[in-house]
Amino acid sequence: MSNKIKNLTLKIWRQLGPTTKGSFETYKVAEISDEASFLEMLDYLNERLISEGKTAIVFDHDCREGICGTCSLMINGQAHGPQQGGATCQLHMRKFSDGDNIVIEPFRAAAFPIVRDLMVDRSKFDRIIESGGFITAPTGGAPDGNLIAIPKPVSDAAMDSAQCIGCGACVAACPNGAASLFTAAKVAHLNRLPQGQPERFKRVESMVETMDLYFGSCTNHGECQGACPKEISVDVIALLNKDYRKAKFASRKDLAR
Amino acid sequence: MSLTVDLLEQNTVNLNSKIPLGSIEDKWDNYKADMKLVNPGNKRKFKVIVVGTGLAGASAAATLAELGYQVDSFTFHDSPRRAHSIAAQGGINAAKNYQGDGDSVNRLFYDTVKGGDFRSRESNVHRLAQVSVNIIDQMVAQGVPFAREYGGLLDNRSFGGAQVSRTFYARGQTGQQLLLGAYQQLARQIGLGGVRLFNRTEFLDVVTVDGRAAGIVVRDLVTGEIESHAAHAVVLATGGYGNVFFLSTNAMSSNVTAAWRAHRKGALFANPCFTQIHPTCIPQSDEFQSKLTLMSESLRNDGRVWVPNNPNETRPPHEIAESERDYYLERLYPSYGNLAARDVSSRAAKRLVDKGQGIGPLKNGVYLDFSEVITRLGREVVQERYGNLFEMYERIAGENPYEVPMRIYPASHYTMGGLWVDYELQTNIPGLYAAGEANFSDHGANRLGASALMQGLADGYFVLPYTIGNELAPMLGKTIPGVEHPEFKKAEQAAREKYDNYLNIKGSRSPDWFHRELGKIIWGRCGMERDEQGLKQALSDLPALHEEFKTDLNVTGDGTSLNQTLEKAGRVDDFFELGMLMCRDALERRESCGTHFRTEHQTDDGEAKRDDQNYCHVSAWQWGGDAMTPNLNIEPLEFEAAHLATRSYK
Repeated sequence: MSNKIKNLTLKIWRQLGPTTKGSFETYKVAEISDEASFLEMLDYLNERLISEGKTAIVFDHDCREGICGTCSLMINGQAHGPQQGGATCQLHMRKFSDGDNIVIEPFRAAAFPIVRDLMVDRSKFDRIIESGGFITAPTGGAPDGNLIAIPKPVSDAAMDSAQCIGCGACVAACPNGAASLFTAAKVAHLNRLPQGQPERFKRVESMVETMDLYFGSCTNHGECQGACPKEISVDVIALLNKDYRKAKFASRKDLAR
Repeated sequence: MSLTVDLLEQNTVNLNSKIPLGSIEDKWDNYKADMKLVNPGNKRKFKVIVVGTGLAGASAAATLAELGYQVDSFTFHDSPRRAHSIAAQGGINAAKNYQGDGDSVNRLFYDTVKGGDFRSRESNVHRLAQVSVNIIDQMVAQGVPFAREYGGLLDNRSFGGAQVSRTFYARGQTGQQLLLGAYQQLARQIGLGGVRLFNRTEFLDVVTVDGRAAGIVVRDLVTGEIESHAAHAVVLATGGYGNVFFLSTNAMSSNVTAAWRAHRKGALFANPCFTQIHPTCIPQSDEFQSKLTLMSESLRNDGRVWVPNNPNETRPPHEIAESERDYYLERLYPSYGNLAARDVSSRAAKRLVDKGQGIGPLKNGVYLDFSEVITRLGREVVQERYGNLFEMYERIAGENPYEVPMRIYPASHYTMGGLWVDYELQTNIPGLYAAGEANFSDHGANRLGASALMQGLADGYFVLPYTIGNELAPMLGKTIPGVEHPEFKKAEQAAREKYDNYLNIKGSRSPDWFHRELGKIIWGRCGMERDEQGLKQALSDLPALHEEFKTDLNVTGDGTSLNQTLEKAGRVDDFFELGMLMCRDALERRESCGTHFRTEHQTDDGEAKRDDQNYCHVSAWQWGGDAMTPNLNIEPLEFEAAHLATRSYK
């Protein structure tokens, strides 16, 4: 069942820090099991580099089952590689062939400065959530969980966008470096639910304005949806824009009072 | 180093579990009625450090900040949302009895104590069952999109062989949704200034002054800088140590470092040999494999587990006739069949693979076959039930489970052991707390499915915010040691030397190489089955390999910039020492209970044989200056509400 994939040429981005100049370096992998995951192939390469006394290639990763959102990588120009609907850690070497050239780069976006090699700083996502991506529900005062009935389609739709793993592929894939899909996924999750209504407009206003501080503008390319490992639909961006417009209208009325 | 265990010094620390008075139902209420309070205006005068941002850490940090305490939150991840709680699939238990099927706080309490094979602390478990109902209310209020019925009410399912439907879930991503809920509460507090977040910052040491926790030493993973933080109390919510096996379902960076270094500073480590092996994971495919992936246990509801009768079988599964297959779980456990408990079905798989009846290219798995249910109910029904899991399996294993049976094998998954804590979740070091998987108290020798998420959130939302106040109230107006105190300087210096040393060894083997070899020893000798001879062998092999680690380790790069190889070296070093304690604990516990199966102690039909006469206790180990010379302390377990009974799945 297990076959070897032979003679891979990897061009990998190496960069010491956010302000230093980076460049591609070429590495050969003579053979690797097709059962190996893409990140295990990098582990294997790193083991070799360490044994040669060289510094290992830095890349972010953790759960390796597609849910923590830590892993990233542009593989041959595609965020999370050639496979649809999965993160880099779920990509296996059987998707590649003997003699392939593979270009591996970090997620590139102005809001994601490079930390080292293939690792980037995505903490601006946290800033967006901190500005409003929550429901204010201090511990202790919650009513019974079944007090509010939520129609199943509403709950399911909220779950569809709540699945976002916060990996940043949407930003990396966007020609503008926009974070609209990420922000909209959280807005769509919370603004659809009855519990999210009291803060609905304040939330969207504050999240969009924080997003605009760091990220580019959305011009409806839709690349984000194609890159999303959870296949979150760009439709959520329409919902974001609708709620944002309503929120601005409401706050203008507030100002007039 | 002597292996004679009889010489161990006993009862060197006075273990006071601080269980409140009263009947089991009243203990928590009595505690809350008697505890000391900190005035709302005074709370901001206290600083609490919370290490870890999983379910327990994020919920504790958020709640303490809501109350008004100054909170510093630490994570080695880039964002608090990455913590490994996120990977839990199945669900969260709560005694809501929304299904009207006879569930109650007492039943959840009893199921948890029995599931833990009577090796947990009754009072803590009862409190867990009590607050379980508040967790669901809290998470719904935060907007966690739990599964619902068409009428709009919350849906439940039965999980892990429970006889009631008490598990709440959000598709197969319950851990993710609960963690994001807790993370969002934490984010809100960060935005409000109640919590300061230190990301990509790894805990290295706890600092004690006059026996009390005074703060922590951390390393900035980006710059390599080592610095100290002082506080009135420190909470370690740093998860379990399943990665001691190298191959496990844990995330790559999950580690024991925080708990272990607290242990080296005097905190007791309880029941380290209680580690849970999950029966349905995808088997290892090659030597380079970095981790194992869990397939939800729900698959066993419809899949049939089997191996070929003939160990030399080479035909593909569909060519093997029914009469040539051994459906061993159905044969051995007729009433539970393929749903036998996690530890029981794991051991059965191991025994057959050891006998050479394993399947797959490496003969290291057993089949989980869906052909019968596909014939009976049709492919569409199966797809609706398990579609996403089948897809996930195909992505990893490259085989289509609708056509070919899945290959599965047990893997390390969760650790019940951890830092010893009292009823207040305080370790034996005043001011130092442990929450979630990092402590030992609630799951005994075996954890039930869907109970880990419950415990993490119970500790963080509903226990620590009360018990920490009780400890801090008398400290009002007293000054605490700052980071200029010599103890902080000493700990910083020791940490610097430790990490410089890893870089200076310049040997020939990487940290990963040592980790993999360590894992092989632990898995072989202290895995699903243990025996005296094997454990003694491990206790001689481990120090030898650790010695090699200290002299032949190769860490490239430097200590003043981001260096993942160096981070790994520190974690592997701690896993070595923990591994020795695990084996020692397993050797000392001369009984079988829950997941701890000593082959010398089994019934005639191969089931675990508990020894309540001699081992109905918590083994709390004290650092003895060297990983091979720990001191054993005993906390006797008393069962007043749940009566000792034998687990049976026959």
